[in-house]
Amino acid sequence: MNTATTPNPALLQQLKDILPEEAILTAKEDLHPYECDGLTAYRHLPLAVVLPTTTEQVQLILKTCSRLKVPVVARGAGTGLSGGALPHEGGIVLSLARFKQILEIDTANLHARVQPGVRNLAISQAVDHLGLFYAPDPSSQIACSIGGNVAENSGGVHCLKYGLTVHNILEIQLVTIDGELMTIGNDRQDTPGYDLLALLTGSEGMLGVVVEVLVRLTVKPDTVQVLMADFAAVNDAGDAVAAIISKGIIPAGLEMMDNPAIRAAEDFIHAGYPIDANAILLCELDGTEDEVSEQVARVSAILKNHRAGTIHIAKTAAERARLWAGRKAAFPAVGRISPDYYCMDGTIPRKHLAHVLNKINDYSQQYGLGVANVFHAGDGNLHPLILYDANRTGELEKAERFGADILELCVKVGGSITGEHGVGHEKLDSMCVQFGEAELEVFHAVKRAFDPDELLNPGKAVPTLHRCAELGAMHVHHGQLSHPELPRF
Amino acid sequence: MIADNDITSTLQEQVVAGIAANQPLTIIGGGSKAFYGNETQGTALHVSPHTGVMAYEPSELCITARAGTRLQDIEALLAANGQKLAFEPPCFSATSTIGGVVAAGLSGPARPWAGSVRDHVLGVKLITGYGKVASFGGQVMKNVAGYDISRLITGSMGTLGVILEVSLKVMPRPVTELTLALEMPSEEAFELTTTMRRSTFPLSATCYFDGCLYLRLSGVPSHVFASHRKIGGEAINNADEFWLALRNQTHEFFQQYDRPLWRLSFPPATNVISRLEGNSLVEWGGSQRWVYTNIPVNLIRNIAHKGDGHATVYRGSLPGVNPFHPLADNLRNVQQRLKQALDPHGIFNPGRMYKDW
Ligand SMILES: Cc1cc2nc3c(=O)[nH]c(=O)nc-3n(C[C@H](O)[C@H](O)[C@H](O)COP(=O)(O)OP(=O)(O)OC[C@H]3O[C@@H](n4cnc5c(N)ncnc54)[C@H](O)[C@@H]3O)c2cc1C
Repeated sequence: MNTATTPNPALLQQLKDILPEEAILTAKEDLHPYECDGLTAYRHLPLAVVLPTTTEQVQLILKTCSRLKVPVVARGAGTGLSGGALPHEGGIVLSLARFKQILEIDTANLHARVQPGVRNLAISQAVDHLGLFYAPDPSSQIACSIGGNVAENSGGVHCLKYGLTVHNILEIQLVTIDGELMTIGNDRQDTPGYDLLALLTGSEGMLGVVVEVLVRLTVKPDTVQVLMADFAAVNDAGDAVAAIISKGIIPAGLEMMDNPAIRAAEDFIHAGYPIDANAILLCELDGTEDEVSEQVARVSAILKNHRAGTIHIAKTAAERARLWAGRKAAFPAVGRISPDYYCMDGTIPRKHLAHVLNKINDYSQQYGLGVANVFHAGDGNLHPLILYDANRTGELEKAERFGADILELCVKVGGSITGEHGVGHEKLDSMCVQFGEAELEVFHAVKRAFDPDELLNPGKAVPTLHRCAELGAMHVHHGQLSHPELPRF
Repeated sequence: MIADNDITSTLQEQVVAGIAANQPLTIIGGGSKAFYGNETQGTALHVSPHTGVMAYEPSELCITARAGTRLQDIEALLAANGQKLAFEPPCFSATSTIGGVVAAGLSGPARPWAGSVRDHVLGVKLITGYGKVASFGGQVMKNVAGYDISRLITGSMGTLGVILEVSLKVMPRPVTELTLALEMPSEEAFELTTTMRRSTFPLSATCYFDGCLYLRLSGVPSHVFASHRKIGGEAINNADEFWLALRNQTHEFFQQYDRPLWRLSFPPATNVISRLEGNSLVEWGGSQRWVYTNIPVNLIRNIAHKGDGHATVYRGSLPGVNPFHPLADNLRNVQQRLKQALDPHGIFNPGRMYKDW
């Protein structure tokens, strides 16, 4: 058999005792589909991929790995954008892809119990006829899994009003590295003890493997309206966003795209976007008929006050869907105009929008790489898409440096290096910009409490103090080292 | 005016001294919730002088304040800008601090609709169990860098660190609010709230007490008035006072001290439980049930357990009884390990939540 690295005979033998042969992949050609996630710049082959179908199997697999000290990387649909599901060369990939069942839909308590491999959109589809939906809607929702959403605390265009994954899940079943199954959270409004559900949401597969999720279902609003406004000046669009929110209006979605993103999306989807505008805002308002028409009038007035050109109100459900389709397909659309693109995910206080966009354009000139900006403007979450060509030597590295500069800028204005895509493998160095020794110490302590041998997704999400110290030595700000207190190795 | 007073270095010195001497600390905000949970033995660490609003811009929907800042001062500041803490934390006394609000993690009448304290916590600055000052989260709505320590701290009763600063999401106040009172038996009230959960009525609080169901509607005028017409019933006067009295437990129901006050927490669509009727009050669309009772502890926890719920001794001490519902073994173990990892010297409010850690 042609395996990736030295096979571990004891491991393979014990896995065979737990799983049928076809649920253990070791041949190189079978492992290739698992070598990376949505961030394709980084690839490793694991020792093996396992595809369990039951919680008991997951428990036994983790027990075995724990005993043999083999690293484990959980994997949902592999759409992650930070290399979170990037395999470990000396470990196995634990795929949850076969956990595909919706186990229960409870219309009295408004929840659904689902397995982690269920696709995000499949939940809303399953409850649509009941007048319900699952609110967080990442653009990848046709593909990404609910387990991956929990691990990343994913967001979507509707999170401004309805919250992130952490606000929309009630309970998870978690298997820890020693094979213990525990129930975390519940279908009540609080829980005794520490809020481990919040801690585990967004923990990137570092603390345990999610084998079941109880999600909150939301009642569909009576009416939805979508407005599109175009702007000649990006600053005006940014100010309009802040103005809408400070007037006490919380739209269901409030998204912005700049000119390169508008052009790419229009070319791909033909959504009817104005290709000469320097920015568009898409604003969704939902509620009862009266409520929505009142809000449409107020938002239109605010947009006009901020020098919007045309304000277009979608007349039909089909038109509404088309306006959103352009936004939701922005990443693949950009993929058509550039051989490669690198998707960033910083967050900033809304008021700094115009400043940050101007700076990103400066960097773009400086690095000689194009950039298209789409973002969840309502909650200040930017997705600059850096355009590059991996076949040209040095361009990937240039794109990465450009990206790191953007994230550093986000931190400088009071924001964060990641709003929803996670740190994964990709943003370890940027973590050193956002956090110092005192915070990293706490993160490592949390990890120790769950996984003392560091077998779950090792080397991801939280950098070592050593790494940050080394980076600090290379990275001198205004003549000052980032971590002058740490010894240099 | 909120005084701008930074005592970080004093607090940090006390923590560092506590670590060096293995001397536990009892963290005190306003002391207004001292009745809740276990007593702890330790040197008092007073956070209330640590006050000031670090950042507040209404359009950012976020306020950042030092932990000792009084809750009532923050609420007044927000109200002056047409905003509020949507989770409506109880303010048991004028001295209640915002750090205590986050540490205790208690939410008020709006909780099921508006979210809990932790749903609104965006960031915290702490003195850690290693004696260092560390910042987690921030002032932005979305932030997944590192583990979510800010939300873990929420409701941890000061057992994982000293909160120095908190950033909270704030929300606009509703334009219109009215409260309907509908007299009906408890089964009917249960039916009605269950049906309403599937509707788009702008419900923002419920209370069932003394044969009457109170429903608060919040939103734009058209929606609120149309909903009133559909539901029927009379709008009560002094609705704000009514909900405030529930929230701060100055309502007559909460003025009884002869028996322990239990707080039971259930899934929303849990039927009326006859053993818990009588001297009770139900909030949160059925999720939060307050009961004065002398039913033995084991029995009441069993009743809770059968209904997929849990039971807390909210007030009044029962010898030998931990006020918080016991945890499953594996969950207790992992929480204890977490406590040990974050507070390796065991100095922060030991035993405040669970006696052995
Ligand atoms: C085109 C495109 C658009 C996107 N748009 C958005 C968006 O709008 N918003 C957004 O938030 N994200 C977005 N993403 C990112 C991605 O889809 C999300 O992060 C998603 O939640 C990942 O889910 P997944 O099932 O693919 O997880 P994977 O990529 O398989 O894994 C992600 C991480 O979760 C861990 N993990 C997966 N399953 C489990 C489990 N059961 N238990 C424990 N850990 C687990 C993995 O170890 C890994 O660290 C987008 C991605 C693409 C490609």
